[in-house]
Amino acid sequence: MDGRPVQLQVDDIHLSFGGVNALMGVGFQVYKGEIFSIIGPNGAGKTSMLNCISGRYHPQRGRIVFEGREITNQPPATRAEIGISRTFQNIALFKGMTVLDNLLIGRHIHLKTGFLKGGIYLGPCQREEIEHREFVEDIIDFLEIEHIRKKIVGTLAYGLQKRVELARALALDPKLILLDEPMAGMNLEETEDMVRYILDINQERGITVILVEHDMGVVMDISDRIVVLDFGQKIGEGTPDEVQKNPDVVRAYLGAEDETFLGR
Amino acid sequence: MSVNHCGDFKQTYKDDMRVLQTRFIRFWVYGFVAFLYVFPLIASTYVVSLTNMIGIAVIGALGINIVTGFTGQISLGQGAFLGVGAFSCAFFMNEWGIPFWLAMPMAGLVTAAVGMIFGIPSLRLKGLYLAIATLAAQFILEYLFLHLEGITGGSNGVMFPSPQVGDFAFDTDQSIYYVIITVAVLTTIYTTNLFRSKDGRAFVAVRDHYLSAEIMGIHLFKYRLLSFAISSFIVGIAGSLWGAYTQYITPEHFTIAESINYLAMIIIGGMGSVLGSIYGAIFMTLVPNLLSYGTSVLANVWAGAGDLIMSLKEGIFGLIVVLFLIFEPDGLAHRWKLIKAYWKLYPFSY
Repeated sequence: MDGRPVQLQVDDIHLSFGGVNALMGVGFQVYKGEIFSIIGPNGAGKTSMLNCISGRYHPQRGRIVFEGREITNQPPATRAEIGISRTFQNIALFKGMTVLDNLLIGRHIHLKTGFLKGGIYLGPCQREEIEHREFVEDIIDFLEIEHIRKKIVGTLAYGLQKRVELARALALDPKLILLDEPMAGMNLEETEDMVRYILDINQERGITVILVEHDMGVVMDISDRIVVLDFGQKIGEGTPDEVQKNPDVVRAYLGAEDETFLGR
Repeated sequence: MSVNHCGDFKQTYKDDMRVLQTRFIRFWVYGFVAFLYVFPLIASTYVVSLTNMIGIAVIGALGINIVTGFTGQISLGQGAFLGVGAFSCAFFMNEWGIPFWLAMPMAGLVTAAVGMIFGIPSLRLKGLYLAIATLAAQFILEYLFLHLEGITGGSNGVMFPSPQVGDFAFDTDQSIYYVIITVAVLTTIYTTNLFRSKDGRAFVAVRDHYLSAEIMGIHLFKYRLLSFAISSFIVGIAGSLWGAYTQYITPEHFTIAESINYLAMIIIGGMGSVLGSIYGAIFMTLVPNLLSYGTSVLANVWAGAGDLIMSLKEGIFGLIVVLFLIFEPDGLAHRWKLIKAYWKLYPFSY
């Protein structure tokens, strides 16, 4: 990748649940500032891979190194602190809270006021809250969710909730963001908006993106590189063009060489 | 006097983040607090003593709401935690001669430590299983109240000295009222502020979705324990005030019935709502008294009514709680919001 440094190194990951092998020796590198996609049929282990990177699962074997620091056995909260953030396939927002509070939770790791000063509120706590409110408002502005900032998240439409979840992940101010099917269940217009946001996140904010997505049109259009998983194993890796020409990938996932499907 | 804005005209985030948003609300809330301080001068001793009970219940309900309503960890040990606060405060005053003003926060710290010990199972247990674990706390502590006679006086209980400033003792309903109401107001302010700053928000996040809370960088165990600690501290303060109010404490008061009473308070008032804790505390303290009052009125007309209703009292009480769970599961605080919205929009429906 034209001399960019490696940001995330995943080596030989083995993950199994009882007798089921979810991942068997998967490894890849993600370079700083790229959009990297993981694709594969259902049950291939894409989400398991994301869960290993974000810390939900701990693989039995293998190593995950983020910016030179081994994080394989770190708890999820620690990974958030060093700059890894994610969204979920099934929306995992805090449904009883407002959009603003959800985003402010994203600022959690950057806030310093504890429960003693927080209870007094006036003074340092208030200054800090306002400062981070400004940061969060910036993201609200970026994702165009101004009109719902004080709504309770549980009452919002699905497409908006997806966007709020992306906003919350951004509020962490991460270096690497993991997106688990951000376009799932969206209509064409919402998908186009989401693609625009992902490109802006990547280009304007300089955040590395790891994308898991089934919409091949989107994946092929915006990814710098792609890794293909099938039954827990890596069957292909490379640029979108290379992956589309890889006979293993075509057999396992893309099916016949159907240009209308790939080109949308 | 004032015109209600029909839109959002805030110009700074500071304005937007105020708790009391309009001048109208500020006027009434400050007015109400001021009224609380002249209240004993115009009310009868009976009404003042009732208000004292409400004040203590408000503090206790805020305490249990932090751990149960806001953090989503059902606690059935409330009664015992009140007891830990009351007995340790009495112990510090009687045995070590520490003045009440210092003994009360110390008792809060002791209760916080005890609460944290019994909060440790929350690392692994959730929902009903955690409720059972805290139920164990209730019974273990009740046993200790009865058998640690050196501290608690066993089943005889202990005297609770009145708080003093110089030669003035807060030993009447009217005087202790000022202590209770001040602490209640401060606790309300503290809790409100807590939930608009870092740690309070983290509690709610842990309640709503603990998996994504962890992904957001919230250390689950730390916050579950912290929630138990803050909650128990406040409950310990409520227990100390209960002692100062009754001036004599026995283990009988700190039973499972008290735990359930407080749980009912926050369910009726509103889980995860500061205002709800206050409404619930008022409701649960007044209803038994209104029932007694109703029977005494009814007894003039129908002599047998007193006995009949007295024997049905627990049942009537239970019925009210059940009706609330069916018709108003979000509590009085939610109902109040609906009523406010209705009058604001009247005659339109939205």
